[in-house]
Amino acid sequence: MSERIAITGLGIISAIGDNVHQNLASLRAKRSGIGQIKYLETIHKGILPIAEVKHSDDELLILLGVSENTGYTRTALLGMIAAKEAFADSGAKKGDGIRTAMISATTVGGMGSTEKFYLDYINPEKTGDFVKYIDSHDCGDSAEKIADNLGIKDFITSINTACSSSANALMLGARLIKHGIVDRVVAGGVDGLTKFTINGFNTLMILDKEYCKPFDKNRTGLTLGEGSGFVVLESLEVAQKAGKKIYCELSGYANTCDAYHQTASSPEGTGAFLSMSSALALSGLEIEDIDYVNVHGTATQINDLSEGNAMIKFFGNKVPKFSSTKGYTGHTLAAAGGIEAVFSALTIYNNTIFPNLNFKDKMDEFDLIPVTDLIENAGVKNVLSNSFGFGGNNTSLIFSKV
Amino acid sequence: MKAFIRGIGQISPQQTFAGDFLENVTAYNTNMLFCIDPVYKEFIHPLQLRRMSRTLRMGVTAAKICLLDAAIEMPDAVITGTGFGCVEDTEKFLLAMLNNNEQQLTPTAFMQSTHNTISGQVAIMLKCKEYNSTYVNRGFSFETALLDSLMLIAEDNAHKVLVGGFDENSFNLHTTTDRLGHWKKEKTNSLQLLESKTPGTISGEGATFFMLTDKEDENNYALLKGLSTLYKPENENEVEQHVNDFLKRNNLSASDIDLVVYGLNGDARTDEVYYHLRDKLFNENAGAYFKHLCGDYYTSSAFALWFSANAIKRQVVPQSVRLGKAPSGALKNILIVNHYRDINYSFMLVSQC
Repeated sequence: MSERIAITGLGIISAIGDNVHQNLASLRAKRSGIGQIKYLETIHKGILPIAEVKHSDDELLILLGVSENTGYTRTALLGMIAAKEAFADSGAKKGDGIRTAMISATTVGGMGSTEKFYLDYINPEKTGDFVKYIDSHDCGDSAEKIADNLGIKDFITSINTACSSSANALMLGARLIKHGIVDRVVAGGVDGLTKFTINGFNTLMILDKEYCKPFDKNRTGLTLGEGSGFVVLESLEVAQKAGKKIYCELSGYANTCDAYHQTASSPEGTGAFLSMSSALALSGLEIEDIDYVNVHGTATQINDLSEGNAMIKFFGNKVPKFSSTKGYTGHTLAAAGGIEAVFSALTIYNNTIFPNLNFKDKMDEFDLIPVTDLIENAGVKNVLSNSFGFGGNNTSLIFSKV
Repeated sequence: MKAFIRGIGQISPQQTFAGDFLENVTAYNTNMLFCIDPVYKEFIHPLQLRRMSRTLRMGVTAAKICLLDAAIEMPDAVITGTGFGCVEDTEKFLLAMLNNNEQQLTPTAFMQSTHNTISGQVAIMLKCKEYNSTYVNRGFSFETALLDSLMLIAEDNAHKVLVGGFDENSFNLHTTTDRLGHWKKEKTNSLQLLESKTPGTISGEGATFFMLTDKEDENNYALLKGLSTLYKPENENEVEQHVNDFLKRNNLSASDIDLVVYGLNGDARTDEVYYHLRDKLFNENAGAYFKHLCGDYYTSSAFALWFSANAIKRQVVPQSVRLGKAPSGALKNILIVNHYRDINYSFMLVSQC
């Protein structure tokens, strides 16, 4: 069980780019992907900003190289694009005989299609082309479509622990390799934007009418985003022997539960403190070894307070450099952990810390100030990445330079 | 990897929550099965109950019954599997949104619509701050939850895991998926499901929780000895090969299996693989089936595990589930073979402690 896990491939599509290269360029240029709603049909258009992937579904099909939409939802398409990039980046080939798992995470699944046609679905009198989307409603559809596209058969599953989902996908992936169940895992998550989500979060009154401002005193909520982030996990030893490109190591992980409220974090951040502590313990690192934290930092009142308090409790008066990248991508829900795993890997591989956008004034409750400018040659060896979700699900991951 | 089953709680279309073991079974003629409700207020405070959807009541109550049955107050992890999640709350929010043009919406249904609502609610109820996860991959949902539990125990990260599978039926869900040809066109008596020989099956639902533990105890039901999944096999021979390998990995041969529990659902298009396995591998073995009692749903293998653990503990195979040869002698090893629409195959080995 002492096997170490390497990240050998990255793939991403988000509001700031269609691939790793474009995302990295936007992160460096402090270019946010948030803007007015263009693709989603909703009454909130022109009112609530969101971070959309800048393509229609038809354009995504072209990007993927698929000629006909036989029932691909936006969620499936985004996931297929990011996972395909990660798979190829790791040097994996379809049918190369390596036992491979696909672990995806999603909260909305095919809701984007369901909400367009639901009234027709439930009316047996109605017929039409929409019927092809019925079977893509559930959360497992996108994982299976991604797996089929990459020829993955050995192990397939999907996770939905709300906004910590894809961090849990990485954690499960590492454990599957350590248990010898598979030798390679494509792990991450995906969520397409839907009316269902935007209206749901709107009823909770936690959406900012401006661009989200993580860890700012005047933050008023999150900005929803969409996208997908996947990584390829393999045994570090095997990857090193094969002379593979290794972005970093997944050295620590932990999943805990706040057990406080269905949707809100506890103000003191109990679950967050526990997940950070347990992940550190597993990594074998000392607390001062953590150079940077990619915080969950959704910019809701309660998350940033809770997470800040948990960081102070955990790090004491030496909280390391930290930033939330939600100002770039919006909060991509189930995809957030995967997208931020890609960003964390890029932080280590490029030795660069990406800034927290839209921050002006520090919060009254504590003196935490995020990184607001790009830091190159940052000397980052170990990154802690937090993902917290509805249901009190907290997961922390630690990425280390190899 | 293996673990003992210490406790079980199950709410299903049969009377399964109060220690009954299919002595009297209920027949349905609607092609659409719903659970028999226990008196929920005996388990959940009425104030909380009011806000809870059907599946939330079922899930939380099944978890509570399981904890009571296991005589364990606090698990080291809570893990669930569900294919469709919280259907009623999802439909409620979706319909309100579509019918009111995204206006005048309230948050409760949305908050409770996420698939991890039950694992979260159980954790809140128990104040359990430990590992918590929810798997949502069709016919692999409950299986991954079980695998995760077994891994946690093997890692020494947990010694008692509360793990459940749940799925909720609804009229709209049935109507919608009926368009894909999932369900029988003719009204079928559920207890004569296998005699129909027509396409489609009957829809069902259920909530089943297990307490898995690495500790021996005289109250343990059975040992969950092995678990395996298979995705989209090419043909029946691949399934047969997979079963052979699975048995071999567990140092067993077909003759060691005292009862094979088949996921037969009466769908003439996809049942053939079970009969193939019976003819090729288990011709001499006693058989059982279960989907005529609970209907088909993504996590119906949890019903099969409930059945198998009880059969081992009680050393009884009720008449209502028997298929072909009756069991003779002691029930030491039960093999569950299940598939969901010829896509998600799973295999479980349940043995005497």
